[in-house]
Amino acid sequence: MKLYMLFLLSKIGDYTLYYLEHAGRMNIFLGQCLWRLLTPPYRIFPVIQQLNFIGARSIFVIFFTGGFTGMVLALQGYYTLRKFGSEGLLGSAVALSLLRELGPVMAALMVIGRAGSAMTAEIGIMRNTEQIDALECMAVDPLRYIMVPKFIAAILSMPLLTAIFDVVGIFGGYLVGSLMLGVNGGTYFQGMYQSVAWNDVEMGLIKSLVFGLLIVWISTAKGYFLHWERSGGFGAEGVSRTTTSSVVLASVTVLVWDYLLSAIML
Amino acid sequence: MTEINSDCPVVVELVGVEKHFAGQKVLSGVNLRVCEGTTTVIVGGSGEGKSVILKHMLGLMKPDVGRVEIFGRDIATATARELNDVRRDFGVLFQNVALFDSMTIFDNVALPLRERTHDRPQQIAARVDELLQMMDLPGVGAKYPAQLSGGMQKRVGLARALALNPKIVFFDEPTTGLDVHKSNEIYRLFHHTQARVGYTAVIVSHDVPKIFKLSDHVALLSEGVIQGQLTPEEFQRSENPLIREFVETTMGPIYSSEREEAAL
Repeated sequence: MKLYMLFLLSKIGDYTLYYLEHAGRMNIFLGQCLWRLLTPPYRIFPVIQQLNFIGARSIFVIFFTGGFTGMVLALQGYYTLRKFGSEGLLGSAVALSLLRELGPVMAALMVIGRAGSAMTAEIGIMRNTEQIDALECMAVDPLRYIMVPKFIAAILSMPLLTAIFDVVGIFGGYLVGSLMLGVNGGTYFQGMYQSVAWNDVEMGLIKSLVFGLLIVWISTAKGYFLHWERSGGFGAEGVSRTTTSSVVLASVTVLVWDYLLSAIML
Repeated sequence: MTEINSDCPVVVELVGVEKHFAGQKVLSGVNLRVCEGTTTVIVGGSGEGKSVILKHMLGLMKPDVGRVEIFGRDIATATARELNDVRRDFGVLFQNVALFDSMTIFDNVALPLRERTHDRPQQIAARVDELLQMMDLPGVGAKYPAQLSGGMQKRVGLARALALNPKIVFFDEPTTGLDVHKSNEIYRLFHHTQARVGYTAVIVSHDVPKIFKLSDHVALLSEGVIQGQLTPEEFQRSENPLIREFVETTMGPIYSSEREEAAL
């Protein structure tokens, strides 16, 4: 019994130490990347490449998810609002929920699935095949060379993608509300115009910036520290496991921060 | 153990390097000294920690105890910037070549030139072509690493390692996985480029005895220490039981010590 307790205690200590160490590593990594983000030399071309990958190529999926989110919001909102005879509020309900919550969060989740997973896998494979060591041995800073363009691109892309998500969502809501359910189009936009304040837009913007940073941080750090993974980041299976855990961690972190930011800003 | 000439200009020196992994001692006091312009080969059985020694020299691992000096500077305690300064003189051919697999061959070889020099694109292109010519690899620039054979990948790796005329080149198992013909090709290129560039070479290999022909010194890593750093001839005649065992298992008992010869 005593031995068992000792074993349990040592396991708990082991896990705690590991996770503390890992958290420390990831935070130092973030600091180092941000420092390199702000100091020269700057390069344009890799940033444009990453903007294309993280931003431009995500537009399609953002367009679709945004449209359908707005449509389902209008559908659900209409049936709820009708019970109280206030269908006129549909426009403001759709717009506010998109701008403040669903836009940034859903766009972030889509970017995690599309670009975050790809970043973890790409960097993880580079780590596994010694490509990162090779860069270091060539006196080329891997953080500056690989991570910084991704950081810039993600932080710039997220607010723009969120904006597209919001606009497409609002029009999706309009389509369903006005053309299918018969809410007056003018009422839809008038209600929105009256109830949406700049604060709401700003909240969405700040959230999307923070989410962009969180996504790129977690996705790149997970790949970069693949060899420190507790489950063992070896081979193809190691990369796939790490990519999965990176997507899960990024999604959870985004939702937790969504709550925190809402609580602070409301 | 015969000391190698101590007044030669030392490029790489390991002093009492110890390294543990998860409670297991891999290196227990490694002493090694590499002179300028020479070729030192580190041999030893699999899993003895040959690659670990190399990683210490490259600054990818830090010793638990001991010093790793490159041009007299201890890189175990160096800052990231100092380490980068030291690494400017490095060329490395990794065991699995570590080419950037999502870049073309041209971009792979051009990367160190683009990142570390201020050369114009035309100059870089000319240098890359020259390097690929030197490695007998004309016209592969637009291909990707996965489209080349193992031997060709090694040669591209060598081209990349030599792009900036390094002072020291590290080779981790340069011929593993290649057939005899391809290995000879790598050795020929090694010989040719060293004669041309004049770099100091550190090679980790188990391609014994062929590698002896290239080397000025052979060092056997066994039981966590360098058992002896000797010229190939001395190495094959060494009295050290571990070295003798290694020579006999890898080469067969070709040479015997003078004492045994006298007894015959």
